[in-house]
Amino acid sequence: MPDPTPRIEQQPAGEGGRLLILGQWTAAQFARPRLLRSLERSLVPARGWDLSRAEQLDHVAAQWLWDRWGQRWPQDLQALPTQRAVLERVARFTCPRPPRQRRSWRRAWLGLGAGVLRVGNHVRNFTELAGELSINLLRLVRAPHTGPWRDFSGHLYRIGGTALPITALVGFLIGVVLAYLTSQQLRQFGADAYIVNILGIAVIRELGPMLAAILIAGRSGSAITAQIGVMRVTDELDAMSVMGISHAFRLVMPRAMALAVAMPLISVWTTVWALGGGMLAADVSLDITPAFFMNALPEAVHVNNLTLATAKSVVFGILIALVGCHFGLRVKPDTQSLGEGTTASVVASITVVILVDALFAVLFKNVGI
Amino acid sequence: MDAAAPPPGQQPVVDIRGLSSVFRTPEKRFVVHENLDLAVWPGEVLSIVGGSGTGKTVLLRQMLGLETPARGEISVLGQPASELGRRGAASRIGMLFQHGALFSAFSVLDNIAFPLRELKTLPPVLVREAAMVKLQMVGLKPEDADKMPADLSGGMIKRAALARALVMDPPLLLLDEPTAGLDPESSDGFVALLRSLHRDLALTVVMVTHDLDTLFELSTRIAVLADRRVIVSGPPREVIAFQHPFIRDFFLGERGQRAMELLREYPFAV
Repeated sequence: MPDPTPRIEQQPAGEGGRLLILGQWTAAQFARPRLLRSLERSLVPARGWDLSRAEQLDHVAAQWLWDRWGQRWPQDLQALPTQRAVLERVARFTCPRPPRQRRSWRRAWLGLGAGVLRVGNHVRNFTELAGELSINLLRLVRAPHTGPWRDFSGHLYRIGGTALPITALVGFLIGVVLAYLTSQQLRQFGADAYIVNILGIAVIRELGPMLAAILIAGRSGSAITAQIGVMRVTDELDAMSVMGISHAFRLVMPRAMALAVAMPLISVWTTVWALGGGMLAADVSLDITPAFFMNALPEAVHVNNLTLATAKSVVFGILIALVGCHFGLRVKPDTQSLGEGTTASVVASITVVILVDALFAVLFKNVGI
Repeated sequence: MDAAAPPPGQQPVVDIRGLSSVFRTPEKRFVVHENLDLAVWPGEVLSIVGGSGTGKTVLLRQMLGLETPARGEISVLGQPASELGRRGAASRIGMLFQHGALFSAFSVLDNIAFPLRELKTLPPVLVREAAMVKLQMVGLKPEDADKMPADLSGGMIKRAALARALVMDPPLLLLDEPTAGLDPESSDGFVALLRSLHRDLALTVVMVTHDLDTLFELSTRIAVLADRRVIVSGPPREVIAFQHPFIRDFFLGERGQRAMELLREYPFAV
């Protein structure tokens, strides 16, 4: 079998002194490492070219030759009719490279402007979405039987029910770690009993709702964006519009309602597991019995903390749903945009949750402490 | 039966022997192909027709090595189909998917250049130029190079996908419903393009189609799938003469009449 490697050899001067093209001149052969460089090296000035002994010549190889010829026909060319046809197509369709766009201050300035406008557009869309949600909620109150209740219950299960194991595990472990680390410090001061206060306030007021919200934002916020985004890619959103069914009513509202209901419940569930973990660690490392812990807890933590945490969770839930839907509805029908939308949705919802939590901390600094 | 006698001294491009395909659902077992034989010879345009659910697309996917048959052997260009999914596969076989399957995150030019770029050895300038040549060979304009797939019409998507399938000049081209979803005018244009590429590039083409116009204008041979095997294969006129309920319904029904007229207009296909 002849050697398929593309190579260039020079004929003896007696036979014409042309450059001979040998082997299979195909893109697949060009994939060999360092082949093109060795071909470049074997290019020597010669009287002409002889392609007729090559086993194959495809368009990529012909393009390479054409470029080496300076995109002109060589004076002396021997080629088979099929090879000539390939070269002719390459010659006809080779077009000049477009000039590369240069960086300039003007372009950077315009880019900045586009960025600002994009942020403004996000804010505007988000506000519109929140407004549509309120209007649709009013509509639902007037005619409750028209609501998408089946959807609501499905989301409640998928967002809330199936998140119970993971939130419990994370809550429990954080509780153990927090109690163990705190107990090390408290023992130095002999203030063992205060672990109940520290754990109680930290977990019930802040950590429980925050942990739950961050987990749900990562888990369900991304799912909401991806689901609605794929509906955009497959034209399902347009199909729904054509039927006269509003996205806000049929897609956004059930998700927002489900999260508004599920979020406080998951938050309480996470809090309970975190306290359980803390109680266990306190028992092991400080000999504080669960009975003492349970007795001391109501005195250490005012019940307003729990009310505040629950109220906060409702807001977190609605925000996660709105952010997820917002980015989902903005997805353009291509895979790139879907990926970007999902990432942006998770990052934005976690950021929003933390920002709003800080806002709550400032506004309600006198409540429950 | 395989009516077309093998051209002397030639190896088939695709050789399918004793193929059986079975799909299983929890409830039941569904046999799609049973003991199916089919050979594709160099330079021909073989169309596979059959009712829905007779496994035409499955057969294409098996040739591509995307699905593994329950029994039987498929060899493509002398190698088992299961070994196709390797490096450089784009230089052996090109596939035009029904909906184009362009990568939506890439521009048209980047889509076409993708197989070349993935070789990682070709200089970017060469890749770009080679892709531009293929782009224009399928009838797109250089201005279309930077468009995104979402901004293309159905016909342009098919053309871009065809350019991508052909970028490494594979000898074998598979087409799944090449003209489905195109309006009559773009459909005619696309068929003309396929015919000229088949002639210029010496391609072997296997296609699945329901469109009788496309079928008669392009095929040099038709293979009919029914009763879980190839009931007849041969030039269009022989296939139509074959006695089988499916063939009567498919070719000689009302919608077959216009296509039959076409057959008279394009005698070269017979």
